[in-house]
Amino acid sequence: MSNIGSYEERVKNFSWDIAKEVLDWKDGELLNIGAICSDRVCGMGKGSKPALIWEGFGGRSARYTFDDLKVYSNAFAGFLREQGMEPGDRICIFMDKIPSLYFSFLGILKIGAIVQPLFSAFGEESLEVRLASAETKAILTTVKHVKKVRKIRERLPHLEKVVVVDGNPDRLKGDEIFFDVEKYPAIKEFDVYRSDSETPSVLHYTSGTTGQPKGALHVHNSIWGQALTANWVLDLRDDDIYWCTADPGWVTGTSYGIIGPWSLGVTQCVLDSGFTSARWYQFIQDNKVSVWYSAPTAIRALMKDGGELVKKYDLSSLRHLASVGEPLNPEAVIWSGEVFGGLKFHDTFWQTETGAIMISNYPGMEIKPGSMGKPFPGIEASVLDLETHEPLTEPGKVGLIAFRPGWPSMFRQYWKRPDIYRSKFVGAREDAMPDELRTDKSLWYVSGDRASIDADGYFWFVGRDDDVINTGGHLVGPFEIESALVEHEAIAEAAAVGKPDKVNMEVVKAFVTLKPGYEPSEELELDIMNFIRKKLSPLAMPQEIEYVEKLPKTRSGKIVRRYLRALEWGEEVGDLSTLSDE
Amino acid sequence: MDEMKDVVLQYVIDEYLEEDEEDEVTYDSPLISSGIVDSFSMVSLKKFLENKYKVKLPDEEATPEAFDTVNSICALVKKHMG
Repeated sequence: MSNIGSYEERVKNFSWDIAKEVLDWKDGELLNIGAICSDRVCGMGKGSKPALIWEGFGGRSARYTFDDLKVYSNAFAGFLREQGMEPGDRICIFMDKIPSLYFSFLGILKIGAIVQPLFSAFGEESLEVRLASAETKAILTTVKHVKKVRKIRERLPHLEKVVVVDGNPDRLKGDEIFFDVEKYPAIKEFDVYRSDSETPSVLHYTSGTTGQPKGALHVHNSIWGQALTANWVLDLRDDDIYWCTADPGWVTGTSYGIIGPWSLGVTQCVLDSGFTSARWYQFIQDNKVSVWYSAPTAIRALMKDGGELVKKYDLSSLRHLASVGEPLNPEAVIWSGEVFGGLKFHDTFWQTETGAIMISNYPGMEIKPGSMGKPFPGIEASVLDLETHEPLTEPGKVGLIAFRPGWPSMFRQYWKRPDIYRSKFVGAREDAMPDELRTDKSLWYVSGDRASIDADGYFWFVGRDDDVINTGGHLVGPFEIESALVEHEAIAEAAAVGKPDKVNMEVVKAFVTLKPGYEPSEELELDIMNFIRKKLSPLAMPQEIEYVEKLPKTRSGKIVRRYLRALEWGEEVGDLSTLSDE
Repeated sequence: MDEMKDVVLQYVIDEYLEEDEEDEVTYDSPLISSGIVDSFSMVSLKKFLENKYKVKLPDEEATPEAFDTVNSICALVKKHMG
């Protein structure tokens, strides 16, 4: 029997207070995610239970108990407080998936500061934009990544502390601070910040169609959504060994790679090395992983290597599989059932802004391969007419995925951008502020994705409602790429769109016009690709560049990306009457 | 072959490593499984090889395993140079 039991019964009798029952929560307990995921678990007598089983590249490995998690997160908390960090300060974590990332995440929360996790593959420009926006006060990083920080630091006046958590302290420069958590004097008990439900916790940056990335701000109250979905959707139990393959630079890696499992006191594994199918199967076998939460891109890469490889490993420990990041194609669902002893990947849908799973296939419920599943109990979800924004009642009709506001893990604002926050709510007053919007149940929060609902209530993903590119489960903003492209010496104008890709669903393709004196060539294409890879990230790097004489524009001069995108996807181009004749 | 290895190794050092990391990479150093080159960046490495050696490397052969070391990369390129 799964944790959720009957989905229909749960929908009928739902209350978010069930999350408190799942956590065995007592009135008056301290609502601080850092403490809930470590101190509280120890207080329940699980201090000696493994919390983190970590493997890195080259045979490196480590195991940490919940007692270790408590002491090491306390060390980060104590150190940061000593450095003058205060509640509400933004502290960035910019590391690969090493143990210190996990300890520092909880430590930052324990002092009431806001964690700003950033993907370690970001180039210096992606990093700078996000640190400048958040006015980040400190960054915790590693010897490998501090070099990127050095290149931009003088342009970040708010960045007071640069802390390096590994390597040789003699190689630090200027006022950089070295901190080795395992050598810091043990702090058995730490005076954890008395946060409440609305105290800010995590700031995740996410890309949009226009402008630079926006910071989606979450609060400690998110724990109820993350814990209950981890319990019901991922079906986590006390004796599980759980593996979430996501990087905590992205929201899946924090909501379900840290908060969800550890709030429940579940052991989790982390693999910090490059992807190969064999390495992943070996990791599952060695650690007896029982619940595996991964992404369609990875699943399709595993599919490419075939079912014969799977047979070389003992994967009998697996009992539940789930997926997130982009729609999981039916073939991948069916394939997983065939090669993993009848276990099929359960697709889940949610986004940075929602903080927790919103629509999902549940353990024990029939999977319709290719479907997103049904709304989580307590979540009112719909698809809205593209023009009128009224909920659609006709099965199969495509509209905008929308949710009634008010679920616990909902983001509370876009960092210092109430105007953009407001634009996400259908029917919002022009002067409505974030606190009103997020509690007004007469409104709809619009996710930016399109779907239809079938006669059985299953949602079916159709695509984005904007120009944002979903590559390998990560959202990349075309504006950010285009802005970087035109910084290349050869490029006059640029447009970035998604083009279809078998493994990553879509990848970035750029259309560029060249400045006088430059000629199209293969060498120039490679140079542009590497320019973007280093400046932004490998995800943002165009995997194809097309040289064009001119870009399609409206009469007011705006580039019409939808035209270019439609050509790539072989879709109807639509109304072109607004295009310039020039 | 050795010249090709040197060229590819130097390209990897120049494009994927920071200044003081070059000593750590040899012909046999894992590139993909170590995380030096990720799956997205493999596309630009493949493009470099195709431009430089005037070959077409089929997608089905450009796997993480085939791109994992300078040695295996050069073996793949050689195979398609005819």
